[in-house]
Amino acid sequence: MGKISGAEIFVKSLKAEGVEHIFGYPGGVIIPIGDQMYDDDEITFHLTRHEQGAVHAADGYARATGKVGVCLATSGPGATNLVTGIATAHMDSIPIVAITGQVKSSLIGNDAFQEADMSGITRPITKHNYLVKDVKDLAKTIKEAFHIARTGRPGPVLIDLPVDVQMDKAEFKYPKTVNLKGYKPTYKGHSGQIKKIIKAIKKSKRPVIYAGGGIIMSEAAKELTSFARKTNIPVTTTLMGLGGFPEDDSLSLGMLGMHGTAYANHAVQSADLIIAIGSRFDDRVTGRLDTFAKDAIIAHIDIDPSSVSKNVQVDVPVIGDAKNVLKEMNKLVEKKGFEAWHKQIKKWKKEVPLIYKDDNKLRPQYIVEQIQKTTKNEDVIIATEVGQNQMWAAQHYTYTKPRTWISSGGLGTMGYGFPAAIGAQVGKPGAIVFDIAGDGSIQMNIQELATAVTEKLPIKIVILNNGYLGMVRQWQELFYDKRYAWTVLDRKGATMCPDFVKLAESYGAKGLRITKKEDVAKAIKTAVKTKGPVIMDFVVEKEENVFPMVPAGESINNMLHGLA
Amino acid sequence: MSKFVIAVLVENKFGVLARVSGLFSARGFNIDSLAVGETEDPEVSRITVVVDADEKILEQVKKQLNKLIDVIKVEDLTAGEYVDRELILIKVKAESLKTREKIVKIVDSTKAEIVNSGKKTLTIEEARDEHAVRALIELLRPYGIVEIVRTGKIAIKAD
Repeated sequence: MGKISGAEIFVKSLKAEGVEHIFGYPGGVIIPIGDQMYDDDEITFHLTRHEQGAVHAADGYARATGKVGVCLATSGPGATNLVTGIATAHMDSIPIVAITGQVKSSLIGNDAFQEADMSGITRPITKHNYLVKDVKDLAKTIKEAFHIARTGRPGPVLIDLPVDVQMDKAEFKYPKTVNLKGYKPTYKGHSGQIKKIIKAIKKSKRPVIYAGGGIIMSEAAKELTSFARKTNIPVTTTLMGLGGFPEDDSLSLGMLGMHGTAYANHAVQSADLIIAIGSRFDDRVTGRLDTFAKDAIIAHIDIDPSSVSKNVQVDVPVIGDAKNVLKEMNKLVEKKGFEAWHKQIKKWKKEVPLIYKDDNKLRPQYIVEQIQKTTKNEDVIIATEVGQNQMWAAQHYTYTKPRTWISSGGLGTMGYGFPAAIGAQVGKPGAIVFDIAGDGSIQMNIQELATAVTEKLPIKIVILNNGYLGMVRQWQELFYDKRYAWTVLDRKGATMCPDFVKLAESYGAKGLRITKKEDVAKAIKTAVKTKGPVIMDFVVEKEENVFPMVPAGESINNMLHGLA
Repeated sequence: MSKFVIAVLVENKFGVLARVSGLFSARGFNIDSLAVGETEDPEVSRITVVVDADEKILEQVKKQLNKLIDVIKVEDLTAGEYVDRELILIKVKAESLKTREKIVKIVDSTKAEIVNSGKKTLTIEEARDEHAVRALIELLRPYGIVEIVRTGKIAIKAD
C-alpha cells in the first residue's frame, strides 16, 4: 500500500470514527488539513466566528447526540481560545476531541510565530492529551483519543498536530483495537455491593435517589425510571441530570441544591438512605458538608472511583456504569410503600412549592414556562447561558427526556449556551433549539450569530434582558447591601446597548422585542415559525431573583424564599 | 500532614512525569523527592514520590493518579513494610591531614565510601536508608559541608 500524507490519514481516521461534523476555525498550520477536506463532502466543516464558539459547539453537539464532538483550531491563539471550552467539557464529562495545529516539530520550544504549548496548557483540563511527533503514530493516536473521550467517565481529549506531521507521509492502517495498560474502566458493578444497596433499601424508611449527569452520559434514563417506579423511591436530579428522570412523574422532586426545590432539599436532608447515581456531591448540591444528609446511609454508583468519598463519605460504593448497575438492580428490587415518607413529601410540595410572583409584569419565569407551553409535542432542546437565566430555565421548564437540556454545570461558563445550541442544532436538525440567555452572557459569543445565519441554523435565542449581570447582582442585593459593583450593564443612560433587535437584523437574523406579558406566547410562536435564527429580546423585571436559594456555605435545608 | 512514599508505575513516555507531578503541585503539595527509572519492563517506568501531605487529600491524589491514562499502578508504600534507599554524595571540607584522617575514620565506621579525594575536599558516597544517610550528614557537618547531592528515595515493598 502506498504512503499518504498526515492530513489524509487524519481525515480517513476521522471517517473511521464516524465523524460527520467538525466545528472549527482555520489558521496557518492547519491549512494542509483544510486542503485535504476541501473536496470532501463526507465530513461537514462548520466555520464558527471564534474558536471558543467551535469548542462549545462541539460540546453541545456531543450533549445533544451522545456522539463525540470534534473541533479544530490552529496553533497559538487559535488553540488557546479553545481552553475555556475544553475546561467546560472536562468539568461536565463531555466527550470531545479537540485538534490543534502546532508549529513545525523542529520549531517547538523556539517561541515560533503562533506557538503555544497546548499539551502543557491543557494537561489539567483534559482527560488526556497528545502531541504527535511522528506521522506513523497519527492513526493510532486518533483511535486512542476517541476511545478515551467516549469510554469510562467521558471527557475532552486534545491532539496537538505539528504542521510537518500533517505533510509527512506514512502507510495508513487504522487500528482495530486499543490497548492502554493504564486505562480499563470498570463497567460492571460488584454484585456484592449491589446487594448491599438492595438490602439498604429494604431497611430504609426515607430513601431518595440523587441522580446526576452520569445518567445522561450512560443513556440510563430508562433504567433509572424503571428503578424508581419499581422501588417507589423519589428522585431528585442535579443540574446535569435534568432530563434523566421525567419531572412530570409524581416521584420527581425536581432539582436539588443551591437553587433546587425546597422539597428536594428537605427530602435529602431528612433521608435515611441516599442512592447517588452518576453524581459527584458538588458543593452547589451539598451546601454545608457537615450537615448534608447526616442521618442517611450513602450509596454511590459511579464509573469514576475518584468521585467516591471525595466530598461526602460513602457507605456503599459501587464502581460501574450507571446503566449496567441499574439493570442489575432492577432484577433484584421489590416494591415498597414508603407511605409515611411519600405523605411527608407531598406535604412539603404543598407547603413550599416552586413558585414565583405571577402578576401582570413580564417575569423571566413566565417566559420559560411559555416556551414549554407553546411548543408542546415538539422536539425541543433547551441550551442556556450561565447565571439567573440558567437557573430559571432549570427550575421552570419540566424536563422529561435526556439530552434536551444543555448547560455548563461544573465550570459555569458564560457564553456557552449559544454556540452549544449551534452544535445541538447541527446534531439534531429536526429539533427546535432554544438558547435561554441573559443580556450579559449572550454578548460573550454573539459573533456566532453569523455562523447560525450562514449555516441556516434556526436557533431561537431568548434574552431575559434585565440590564444587569443578574446572578451577581442578586448576591450583592442579598449579601452585599445592594452595592452593585460592576453588575449594571445599562449604566450611564446607555440602555439598549446593544439594541438586540437591530443587532439581529444586522446579521440577517430576525429580531423581536417583547415588553408585555401578553405578547410572550405570540412572540415565541412567531420565532418558532420563522425559518432562520431569531433573537427575542424580552425586557423583563429588572430585579427579579432566583428562589429558593441556599446561601453559599449553608445547609441545604436553610433556604431563602422569595414568596412565603 | 505526614510523609508518604508513593510508587507510581507509568508508561515510559514523554510528558508522563509532568502529569504526575502536576497532580501534586495543583493541590499545593511540595514533593520532597522524586526518582524515576525504567523497570524490568522497558515500556514501564517507576516514579517514587516522597511527599508531605494531608492524608485525606492524598487519598484523592492517589485516585487522580490512577485516573491518568499513562499511569498503570499506584502503590502507597507507607501503608506497609518497605525497604528504601537513597544515594547521596557529600562533599566535605578536608584541608589538613588531621581532618582528613578524622573523616576517613568516620567513613570507615559506616558503610559509606570515599569516592573522590580532592586537594581541599573529600567526597563521600552513602547509599543506605534515610536514617543512615541522615546520621552520616550529621557526623560530617562539623567539618564543613560544601555540597550535598541526593537522588531522592527509591523504595520497594518488603515481603
